[in-house]
Amino acid sequence: MKSTIATLALGIAVLATPALAADATLGTITIKQPWTRATPPGAKVAGGFMTITNTGKEADRLIGGTATIAGHLEVHEMSMDGGMMKMRELSGGLEIKPGQSVVLKPGSYHVMFMDLKSSPAAGAPVKGTLKFEKAGSVDISYDVAPLGAKSLDDKDAGASGSKGTNHGHH
Amino acid sequence: MATTDFLRRVRFAAWAAVAITALAAGAALLGEAQRANILGSAGAPPATARVGAPFELTGTDGKRFNSAALAGKPFAIFFGFTHCPDICPTTLLEMTNHLKALGERASQLNVLFVSIDPERDTADHLKLYLSAFDPRIIGLTGTKEEIASIAKSFRAVYERVPNKDGSDYTMNHTASVYLMDKAGRLVSTLSFEEPEETRQRKIDNLLTRG
Repeated sequence: MKSTIATLALGIAVLATPALAADATLGTITIKQPWTRATPPGAKVAGGFMTITNTGKEADRLIGGTATIAGHLEVHEMSMDGGMMKMRELSGGLEIKPGQSVVLKPGSYHVMFMDLKSSPAAGAPVKGTLKFEKAGSVDISYDVAPLGAKSLDDKDAGASGSKGTNHGHH
Repeated sequence: MATTDFLRRVRFAAWAAVAITALAAGAALLGEAQRANILGSAGAPPATARVGAPFELTGTDGKRFNSAALAGKPFAIFFGFTHCPDICPTTLLEMTNHLKALGERASQLNVLFVSIDPERDTADHLKLYLSAFDPRIIGLTGTKEEIASIAKSFRAVYERVPNKDGSDYTMNHTASVYLMDKAGRLVSTLSFEEPEETRQRKIDNLLTRG
């Protein structure tokens, strides 16, 4: 009986692995489903998105990191202010309060891959690290969504555009 | 008592500041009203008539592009830059999808993307970047002065935002897509925050109106 349950649990774990493969944990910091998206040719920047949860008792801050495709990485906030798109680097990092989750998503907080050396392409996860003030550094692998995707599972993005938009996605 | 006297002065100064602000706001409103009267534009909001002006910029082929080429057709115009991780590629993709949805009617509309970062967005670079989107989207760049001039005429704003160590920069900019009729008058704007159906309906209305 015990072994059946263990096998079942293992089976579930294996089945669940594909969706969770990119999740990362570092002490009391959990990073769920990091993703980025394909960029137009010649693009020098791309955004990285994820959900960061702090299960600890102290606040921590996402202060930076690296990505193999980028010259450097910054933590940014995008906001809309009366029709104006505002982008700013969070020079003090992004605070993750104890017991809270912060969602990095299009139109909001994101990590920005700057000075791209190569373009993110579907099927080739982007590798890098994220650095937290207290927890330290953790390896991250971002799944790559199509150009213009609003979320990782946005099926309407990229491929629904002109012929030019789905290069490299299939 | 000195402290009370000091507080009284502070309070007086604060109220004076409020009064001056109110007067200034009133004067601005009055000025706007008078201008509207001078124009004699009862009914039509005066601001609408003053958005956009003839321009000349550089196309992705490196050739000069004059707005006279747009005459007789409605157009959609928006401002952005290629070092933009989110809203610019998203808007370009949305406009690509709108053009596709229009089918044959797409030929009745011009779509223009104007770079507000001409320092980095050369004609060649813009051409490469736009190759991911509908080829009918017209990419435009220009000198700093030309860009400042067209942005001003559309009341679009943009500003350079350096990163913390000053090694790189990004841009803040007006994100709306301006929908202009065939006479070059502002009809409506599109926002990336509204549903796709709403945007498509606005474009349909623009084409119906002409």
